[in-house]
Parts: sequence; structure tokens; C-alpha cells
Amino acid sequence: MTPNATSPARPPSRASSSGAWRQWLLLAAGALVLIDLYLIFQYAPTERVMGIVQRLFYFHVPVILTSFLSFVLAAAAGVAYLARRSRTWDRIAYASTEVGVVFFTTAILTGAVWARPVWGVWWVWDANGTLTFVLWLIFIGCLMTRAYAPDAERGARWSAVVAVIGAATVPFLYMAADWWGGLHPERVTGPGAQGSLEREMLLTLLFSFVAFITLFIALVAERTALRRDEDALEELRRAAA
Amino acid sequence: MRAGLRAALAVYAKDVRIEARTRETLGATLAFAFVAAFIFTFAFDPSPRTLAVVGPGIVWVAYVFTAMLGMNRTFLLEVERGTLDGLRLAPAPPEAVYFGKFLGLLTLLTAAEALLAPVFLILYGLSLLNVWFAAVAFAATIGIAAVGALLSAIAANARAREALLPLLFIPLSLPLLIGAVSGTAAALDGEGWSGAGRWLQLILAFDAALIVVSSWAFEFTLEE
Repeated sequence: MTPNATSPARPPSRASSSGAWRQWLLLAAGALVLIDLYLIFQYAPTERVMGIVQRLFYFHVPVILTSFLSFVLAAAAGVAYLARRSRTWDRIAYASTEVGVVFFTTAILTGAVWARPVWGVWWVWDANGTLTFVLWLIFIGCLMTRAYAPDAERGARWSAVVAVIGAATVPFLYMAADWWGGLHPERVTGPGAQGSLEREMLLTLLFSFVAFITLFIALVAERTALRRDEDALEELRRAAA
Repeated sequence: MRAGLRAALAVYAKDVRIEARTRETLGATLAFAFVAAFIFTFAFDPSPRTLAVVGPGIVWVAYVFTAMLGMNRTFLLEVERGTLDGLRLAPAPPEAVYFGKFLGLLTLLTAAEALLAPVFLILYGLSLLNVWFAAVAFAATIGIAAVGALLSAIAANARAREALLPLLFIPLSLPLLIGAVSGTAAALDGEGWSGAGRWLQLILAFDAALIVVSSWAFEFTLEE
């Protein structure tokens, strides 16, 4: 973009140098995802029992983890915003929420498509499924709260409050849903893992984690910067009016 | 601390007095909940065998509708009559206003739930005269009022509040609803401490967390 040199509200200092790392990050994320696709569909062996559909695992598990990461980031940035009232924290919270909704939606869809052939149903209300679905709803609630607030400042505060209450809900919701009913595959890697994965499968899974987390960070950085530009535009508009 | 408590009780007494004189919210809430409870008669065949399965669910769907209507109005009067500025300017900490509103909502919802209980007996033959049910219901209502008082302050100032409030309330209170329905089922099955007691503990722990976080967050919703 070319900053308008005559505008007082928009100093042309951040043109190329500060935005360059975001472009590199986005490129790196794109490359990682492409390599990840190759690993998932060519390198990893086909699972014996579930067959080809098991390859969804390399999308589903990292995307779920990244979704939870987005929730942690949104709640933490929300607390930081409430404490410091710096617009930057709010922009990060907003970007994390918006990108998080996309990741949660992907996680829910890949989960449903995987559950259908393996369990015979699209959706199971076990602890993991319930938690994912409810956090997705809370994120949508955050975005709606912003949309319906009388001004952006209050929208930012309210949405932070909703995210914080949502974070407080997580352990109780997990426990309640767990007692209520459960059917989810055991964890296959990390602490408490049952059984073991083939080496190629484990490698693909770990690479997938790296790829999706990088993609998430790149998207949040991009959205945060875009949000800053939106704020600057809004300021110019107000100055002109 | 003592001044804060006095301020909280003053806000509470004001809300109770308004309600005692107008009986507006309780009346509207009860009428709405009655219709909600009654519609289930036609939603499925109300045979004893079906009711044993879905009974606790009916009770809590009706109670949740009651709660959403009640919390919708908690701050609505203050916004409509411009008295919210008075609460903002009052020489009392925001937590005091929160606890006053929380107690007011808790009183309203407990009264509505108690008055509705005979309706379930008449329509569905569900006897809710049970110590464990009372304990589970009251504990869940504490949590509902705790998060409801906070969300009400947000929704009352927002556009499309009727849509926003349920969207925020249901996901945030889901552990309470799961616990209340399961705890009620256990209580009605006669499983005291081993069944309902377990859910009661979970609900009470969640109540404590909700009250702490909501009273901390409340001041951010009150600010202009």
C-alpha cells in the first residue's frame, strides 16, 4: 500500500520494513502446508483398519490443537486488553477470534467427516466434541457481541469479558461432559498415550502440527495488521467528517 | 468491605421492592415458563415411560427459558429509565452493584422455580418435592444468576439483545445445565449422595469460579 503523505493521522513510517516479516511468514506457512499435503497423502502409510479416511487425522488433530491455542491467545489478549487498554492487545484478540472460528469450523467438519465412516455417526457428544463445539459457539458469541455493541470500545471490552468467562468454563465443561458420556479415540502421542504410531505416521503428524501452527500465526499476524489499517482508516474518516 | 456489603444490600433491596410493587418480571417469567412447560405435552407422547427419561430435561428447559427472560430484564429497567448512570456514579464499588443484582436475580429465579414446581406435578406427574433436587436446583440457579447478572449488563446495552443473550448464556452455562439435568435425574431416581451429590459438587465448584470471575469482570461491562 502507498500511505498518503499529506495525511497527519497516518505517518508513512511502516511501509515495507515492518510488514516484510509477515509476508515471509505467510510464504513459509504456505510452503509448509504444501509439504504437509505431500506427507499426508504420499509419505504416510495407509492405516490398516480405518483405511484412507484415517489420513484426516493429520488435519483434524493439529487443527483442533491450533483452535484451542487460538482460544488461549484470545482470552490472554483479552485480559491484557482489560488491564492495559492498549488497542494492540484488542487487535490480537480480535484476529485470534476470527482466525480461531475458521480453525474451529475446520476441526468440527474434519471430525464429523471422520466420525461418520468410523463410528457410524456424524457427531458424538463426548468431552472433546462438546468442548470444541462450545468454544466455537463462544467465539461466535464474542464476534456477535462486538457487532451488536454500541461502539468499538465497548465491543472490545465485552468480547474480552466473554472470552475470559469462557476460559473459566473450560475445565468444568470438560468434566461435566466427560461424566455425561464418552467415546473418542485414545490419545496416540504425548503424555498418557495408548499404543504407538508408525514412525512415518508420527513424523507426518508432528510436521502437520508445525505447519498448522505456523499458518495460524501467519494468519493472526496478517489479520492484526489489517485491523490496524482498519482502525487508521476509521480515524481518517472521523477526522474528515 | 462493610460499606460495599451495605451498598450491595441496598441495590438488592431496591430491586426486590420494585418487583414487590410491580410484580412485572415474576409475572411475565412465570407465564412464559408455564407455556414452555405446557408445550411439551404436545411435543411427545407424555406416557410415564417417556417421562422417566425426558422429565429432568423438561424441567430444565422450562427453567432455562425462565432464567433467560428474568436476566434479560435485570438491567433493562436501569437502561430504559436511565438509572444505570446512577448506579455508575454511586459511591459504591462495582462489585457491590454486581452482588446486589446477582442476589436479586437469584431471588427472582428461585421464586419462579419454586412456583413452577407444582406445574410439573400436574402436567407430567413429576414430583419435585425432593431434598436432593432442591439442592441441585438451588446450586445450579446460583451459577445461572452469577453469569446471568453479568451477561445482562452486556446485553441490556447492546442491539439485538434478545438474540445475543441466549447465544452467550447457553454456551457459558452449559456445565451447569449438564449438571442440573443429570443431578435431577439422579435425585428423582433416588440416588442421593452417590448420584446427585457428585453433580452437586461439580455445580458448586463451578458456581464459585463463576462468581469470582464475573464479579471481577463486571466493572468492565458497567463502564461507558
